[in-house]
Amino acid sequence: MRGADVLRYSVHALKGYPVRSVLMLVAMAIGVAAVVLLTALGEGARRYVTGQFASLGSHLLVILPGRSETTGGHPPILGETPRDLTLDDAFALLRSMHIRRVAPVVLGSAPASWRRREREASVIGSTADFQRIRYLKLAQGHFLPEIDPRKAAAVCVLGATVRAELFGPEAALGQWVRLGDRRFRVIGVLAPQGVSIGLDLDEVVIVPVASAQALFDSPSLFRILAEARSREDLSGAVAASREIIRDRHEGEEDVTVITQDAVIGTLDRIFRALTLTVAGIAGVSLVVAGILIMNVMLVAISESREEIGLLKALGAASGKIQLLFLAEAGLLSLTGALLGAGLGLIGVWIGRQLYPALPLAPPAWAMAGALAVGVGAGILFGVLPARRAARLDPIQALSGR
Amino acid sequence: MIRLQAIERRFAVGDEAVYALNGVSLNVEKGEYLSIMGPSGSGKSTLLHIIGLLDRPTAGQYWLAGKDVTGLADEERAQIRREKIGFVFQLFHLVPRLTAAGNVELPLTLAGLPREEREERVREILAAYGLSARARHVPSQLSGGERQRVAIARATVTRPEILLADEPTGNLDRGSGREVTGIDRVFGHP
Ligand SMILES: Nc1ncnc2c1ncn2[C@@H]1O[C@H](COP(=O)(O)OP(=O)(O)OP(=O)(O)O)[C@@H](O)[C@H]1O
Ligand SMILES: [Mg+2]
Repeated sequence: MRGADVLRYSVHALKGYPVRSVLMLVAMAIGVAAVVLLTALGEGARRYVTGQFASLGSHLLVILPGRSETTGGHPPILGETPRDLTLDDAFALLRSMHIRRVAPVVLGSAPASWRRREREASVIGSTADFQRIRYLKLAQGHFLPEIDPRKAAAVCVLGATVRAELFGPEAALGQWVRLGDRRFRVIGVLAPQGVSIGLDLDEVVIVPVASAQALFDSPSLFRILAEARSREDLSGAVAASREIIRDRHEGEEDVTVITQDAVIGTLDRIFRALTLTVAGIAGVSLVVAGILIMNVMLVAISESREEIGLLKALGAASGKIQLLFLAEAGLLSLTGALLGAGLGLIGVWIGRQLYPALPLAPPAWAMAGALAVGVGAGILFGVLPARRAARLDPIQALSGR
Repeated sequence: MIRLQAIERRFAVGDEAVYALNGVSLNVEKGEYLSIMGPSGSGKSTLLHIIGLLDRPTAGQYWLAGKDVTGLADEERAQIRREKIGFVFQLFHLVPRLTAAGNVELPLTLAGLPREEREERVREILAAYGLSARARHVPSQLSGGERQRVAIARATVTRPEILLADEPTGNLDRGSGREVTGIDRVFGHP
């Protein structure tokens, strides 16, 4: 029997029992589609989150007060609280030749009001360089002026949402807005920025750092943003920041320096693990599909005993019978798997239309893996029924015994 | 060509032993035409299954073309069936989902013949048996006689050296006691 004949015979046999065949196709298709969809979701989440951080710019360093325990080193001594970061710490960083600019950040929250309208807003205190480091775009006016960072100034820049809620259709530029118990003149409005690292920049009011310190009555910084001169300067910049702050904090290394690369790397690992996990869970459904194929093939064999008996009586070798049934299982699982991949991709496409922000995409390894595992499971679980068919005694099979 | 020596076929039914064949010896030469008659249950089908290498005797010996085939392995028996033997089953055993042509083509497919040659030979033999108009019909659309002719066509399409045709006792013509339907008529032996 020739290869093409084996295939033709199997296809014909499958068409002869459409309900049974469709059932197996659907099981396999669902399994593969599940893998494709779930991994696309995981991968989409990974890309979304890492994309958020990538938008920060690749030369960015974030210096946080307090030693992150995950970076190792000595556990903090009992009762010792980390020293606060100050404006002097921030500008001391500029001594490093690896660092181009820094932006101290004070963060707090205060009621913002204009005339009768009032809302709670996050207040960021920083300097003119904040705009450059975070690539902020302005819709109107200009950003914080280049002034001595230790001097307060009664000016502010509004996030897009804050402006819309306080002013509605009216012009905001030049108006005086009240933050807590102080008044600030609006000199600029941010273009809509969207959420970035947990902070919705549309919901903030940005004021000079000294003004924020006065508003919240605290000299300490929430964090320091620094920009390395280039990507190559990044590691030098990290080392220099640690060293400079340690010198200033009497030899105590009590800050955490994060780079975008490190954050992205960590998130990347987390989301890859997540994607692998869901792929594994969905992979189980492929094995289930394989077992279903085995069951249905076993039923198929008892239903077509007479035909198998006849083939054997006509002189078909056991190997050929086995091959026929393996070809059936292989064809079914391959078709089902391809169908499932198609369905999964359609699902991904629909998901993209519904949530354009989420870059859904099934990773290539998941597509290939789902197809391979699906077809593999189908054939593997086809072996037992195929062997059983091959072992049938022709006379017994023909006489229905 | 076919030589049977003291062939016995015993079936175990529960504790009881049923002898379908007991001490059958037989010699058939090449080109010989042999009818075996006997009442229902006398063991005709069983004998043909053994001759057709579909079943194994429980005792005795069988030589086919001078070769002892009694203890041959399954795969070798399958090969002899495929190459040398045509079998018309008592119940025909046509594959219900295949057309008349598809059923007749089956042994040629198993023999590994190329498609064009298979189709050519199927066409020829269906014409010879007056089945050309029924080629695309599945067995359930055929009459009993047509089914039998398809079964015969399938058994002969490979031009086997040995043709074994099994018919039940019920088909005996009452007047003459001779078989007048089926095989005999097809082969011109009244
Ligand atoms: N697998 C089996 N188990 C038990 N007994 C069997 C088996 N196969 C056949 N027999 C018995 O062997 C005897 C011969 O059967 P066989 O089918 O050869 O008869 P036959 O001559 O072909 O009859 P018919 O003309 O009705 O077809 C019968 O009595 C039958 O019951
Ligand atoms: Mg019989």
